[in-house]
Amino acid sequence: MKKDLISITDYSKEEYLKIMKLASEFEENPNQDLLKGKVVASLFFEPSTRTRLSFETAINRLGGKVIGFADPGSSSASKGETLHDTIKMVSNYVDLIVMRHPLEGAARYAAEVSPVPVINAGDGANQHPTQTLLDMYSILKTQGTLDNINIFMVGDLKYGRTVHSLLMAMSEFENPIFNFVAPYELQMPNEYKIFLEEKGIKYFEHKEFNDIISEADIIYMTRVQKERFPDPIEYEKVKNVYILRNSMLEKTKANLKILHPLPRVNEIHSDVDSNKKAYYFTQALNGVFTREAIITHTMNLK
Amino acid sequence: MKENTKKKLKLKVSAIKDGTVIDHIPAKNLFKVISILGLDKIENQITFGTNLESGKLGAKAIIKVTDKFFKDNEINKIALIAPHANLNIIKDYKVVEKRIVEIPDVIKGIVKCFNPKCITNNETITTCFKVVLKEPLSLKCRYCEKITSGEQIKMY
Repeated sequence: MKKDLISITDYSKEEYLKIMKLASEFEENPNQDLLKGKVVASLFFEPSTRTRLSFETAINRLGGKVIGFADPGSSSASKGETLHDTIKMVSNYVDLIVMRHPLEGAARYAAEVSPVPVINAGDGANQHPTQTLLDMYSILKTQGTLDNINIFMVGDLKYGRTVHSLLMAMSEFENPIFNFVAPYELQMPNEYKIFLEEKGIKYFEHKEFNDIISEADIIYMTRVQKERFPDPIEYEKVKNVYILRNSMLEKTKANLKILHPLPRVNEIHSDVDSNKKAYYFTQALNGVFTREAIITHTMNLK
Repeated sequence: MKENTKKKLKLKVSAIKDGTVIDHIPAKNLFKVISILGLDKIENQITFGTNLESGKLGAKAIIKVTDKFFKDNEINKIALIAPHANLNIIKDYKVVEKRIVEIPDVIKGIVKCFNPKCITNNETITTCFKVVLKEPLSLKCRYCEKITSGEQIKMY
C-alpha cells in the first residue's frame, strides 16, 4: 500500500516521531543521494513560492529530479483538462507527486487516481500537513520535547488550517495546554473544542492579547487573511487587533519561541525579529529537512 | 372490518410470490429510490404504486420486486430519502421477515457536499461521506473534510 500524506491525521504518533528523527538526521547531513534516478512531479495549481521552493530544495538535496509547473497558467489545467486526467498522465512519468491545489479535497482525490504516492502541499483551506510536521519539528528542536507544551495560538483560528492541524497533531502528545487568542469572528471552531474536551485536554479562550502570554512555551502567530473574508469591512475591523510587539515579550519564559507559518503581514512587528525568541525564519529552514524526511518516508527509502 | 379495508388497500398493488416489498417510501422520492437501488436497470418483475394514502407520510409509495433480496448495505442507501421505509421479505406469498432501513456508516454518492470549494463540486467525482452523527444527520466529506449536516444536506 502506498503511503500518501494528505491530512495530518493520516500519520500515527509513531510516524510523527519517525519524521522528527529523520528530519534531525537530514539537518545534520542534508545532502544524501537517496532519490538518485527518481523523478518527482511538483504540481502547483496555485502559486506558492515558499512551499514550492522548500519542496524542490528538499528533492534536489536528495539527488532527485523535478518536473512540473509553478502556476496553473503554465499547466494543462488552463486548457480545461480535469485534475483526474492531469494526475493520470503525470503519474505515468514520475515516482512521487507533490501537489498544491486551490480546491479542498483535491489532494485526496489525486491520491485515489494516482498509482504513485501523493504528498499534499496544501488543498485550499483544508490541509497542509507538511507545514504541521515542520511546526512540530520546530517545537521539538526548541523545547526538547513535544510533551507538556503550552501553546498560544493567535489570530485567525477559524480559517487557519495550520492551527487546526497543529492542534490535532499536538493532541497526540502528553498534556498539551492550548490558549486561543482570537477576535469573536475568528474563534476556534466548535468541532476542535469538542475534540479537545473529548480527549480531556485543557484549553482557554482569550479576547485580550497581553500579559496572558507569560506562561507560553510557544506562540503560534497566524495571518488574518483578507481573502478568507466574504465582506471586506469585517476584515478591516479585525486586521490590526492582534499584533505581537517586542515590548510584550519582557516577562515571558526564557524557552519561549515565536512561530509563524509565514508570510506575515503586520501581525508580528519587525522589532520582534531581533529578539532571540523569534524563530519564524529558522522554522522555514526546518521545512526543508522535514520535507526530506517526509519524502523518504513516503517512498520507503528510510 | 378495519382489517379488511387495510387489506384491500394493500392489494391495490398485486401480491408477489417471492421477493421484496419496500413499503412506506415518501411518494415524492419513489423514483429516486428506484434509481438508487438500480431497479431501472434490472430485469426482475417490478410493480409499484404511488400516492397511496398513509397516516404517517401523507402520500406513500410501495415497490414490489420479484425474486430480489437486498443486502443490508444495498438497501441502506435509501435511508436518507426514505428513512421510515420497511422491507417485507416474501417467500411463497408469505412475509417471512420484516426489516427496517438504517442509515449506513458511509454514504457514497446520493448527497452533494455543501462546500462549494470542494473538489467534488468542481469535477465529476462520486461523493463519499462518513456518517459522524445519525441524529441529527451529520456527514463528513471524505475529500474536503467539511461537515455537511441538517438543512445543508442536498441530494443529487
